[in-house]
Amino acid sequence: MTNEKQETTAITLTVNGETMSGVVEPRMLLSDFIRQDLQLTGTHVGCEHGVCGACTILIDGVSVRSCLTFAVQAEGCRIETVEGLLERDGKLSPLQQAFSDHHALQCGFCTPGLLMTATELLRTRPGASRDDIRDAISGNLCRCTGYQTIIDAISDMGTRLLAEEKSA
Amino acid sequence: MKPAPFSFHRPSSISQCLELLQALADGDAKVLAGGQSLIPMMNFRMAQPEALIDLSGIADLEGIRLQDDNLIIGAMSRHNAIKADELVAIHAPLISLAYDHVAHFTIRNRGTLGGNLCHSDPASEMPAVMRVLGAQMEIASADGRRLVSADQFFFGPFATAVEPEELLVAIRIPVSPRGRRYSFHEVSLRKGDFAMSAIAAAVDLDVEGRVMRARIGLCGVSDIALRAENAEEGLVGEYLNLAAATAAADAAVTSIEFNDTAAISASYRRDLTRALIIRALLGCTEERL
Repeated sequence: MTNEKQETTAITLTVNGETMSGVVEPRMLLSDFIRQDLQLTGTHVGCEHGVCGACTILIDGVSVRSCLTFAVQAEGCRIETVEGLLERDGKLSPLQQAFSDHHALQCGFCTPGLLMTATELLRTRPGASRDDIRDAISGNLCRCTGYQTIIDAISDMGTRLLAEEKSA
Repeated sequence: MKPAPFSFHRPSSISQCLELLQALADGDAKVLAGGQSLIPMMNFRMAQPEALIDLSGIADLEGIRLQDDNLIIGAMSRHNAIKADELVAIHAPLISLAYDHVAHFTIRNRGTLGGNLCHSDPASEMPAVMRVLGAQMEIASADGRRLVSADQFFFGPFATAVEPEELLVAIRIPVSPRGRRYSFHEVSLRKGDFAMSAIAAAVDLDVEGRVMRARIGLCGVSDIALRAENAEEGLVGEYLNLAAATAAADAAVTSIEFNDTAAISASYRRDLTRALIIRALLGCTEERL
């Protein structure tokens, strides 16, 4: 391995609605850029090889493993992390509140990834069945809950979104 | 776990990419498609390419279209885009069936068919599906383009017919003839995991219900995606019933050297494969609208 200084690239992207920029080596993973450079430590890093789902974020509205994406690839992209879910007044979002109400977390390490995966699912298919939800979150590992309460929370949120849609 | 340093290139056209591949041919350059297999290998430093050529800026590598009697799938088409595509569902329904077993939603958002095929993971579903469908791989280099059949494309784990200066640009799949029946059966430890064994089958029956042509593809069983050619031949002229399916399964498993791993023994994998072949062939007899 050479000790030569690596070439760096300047990148600009939108994170939770704010334009942000940084200077990165090509090898910097997007997960590390988000946590270390942007100091948004809500995105968790578990396995770093795409198995656990803890680092799941949304890029241009689509869920992605941030540990399997290089920061340079996110140039010009619209990124959403768990920090972006919070309400303006700092309150938990309805989905986060549903996780809390249904005891859908214990240690909470997997929660940011699950929230982002659920966000994508609920935007496109609020009427997803429990089986659909099970399928959608199958790429997110949780070692505490046994998943049932997570499915309860997402299903409850979906039901409420559908009801809102109807009354609107 | 951090990747070793590399130089990063992001061409915006196929020709630019081919120039880069040629210029970087002396070094260890790797093409980056969806990155869902390559980046984990780089994180583990099992792969340490000196240069990475990111294909995500090349619009010509994406998209699915019908041309004459072929379905053309751009190599950078994402798994979820293909899974949801109507042309694919109509003209290559086996792909849609198999995608129910491929990875997890988030991985499919990013992973690409071309990347998957070039990675040639023996446990991956799509190489076997491509062999059953008689797909042709369109490979480009600075010298022009060539077509390689799926049967000739996969050399072994992580090795394919694509040379260092070449790029897989599209996958051509002959549109499904009317009445062809398909089935896909897989067993994996957890949903979305790699297959312990998976079977892709395609069968044409005559009006009497006798097999005119059969294709059986296997993955997860050996170090490469396979076709059970002896079993395919043995089925021709037979009525597709339990006896014929069982005979085909028995013929298929005798000619395969099954992977023996700590978690799954070769004999278990053989029994599983035999059962899945029977299930897949009989699955082809079910009426489908």
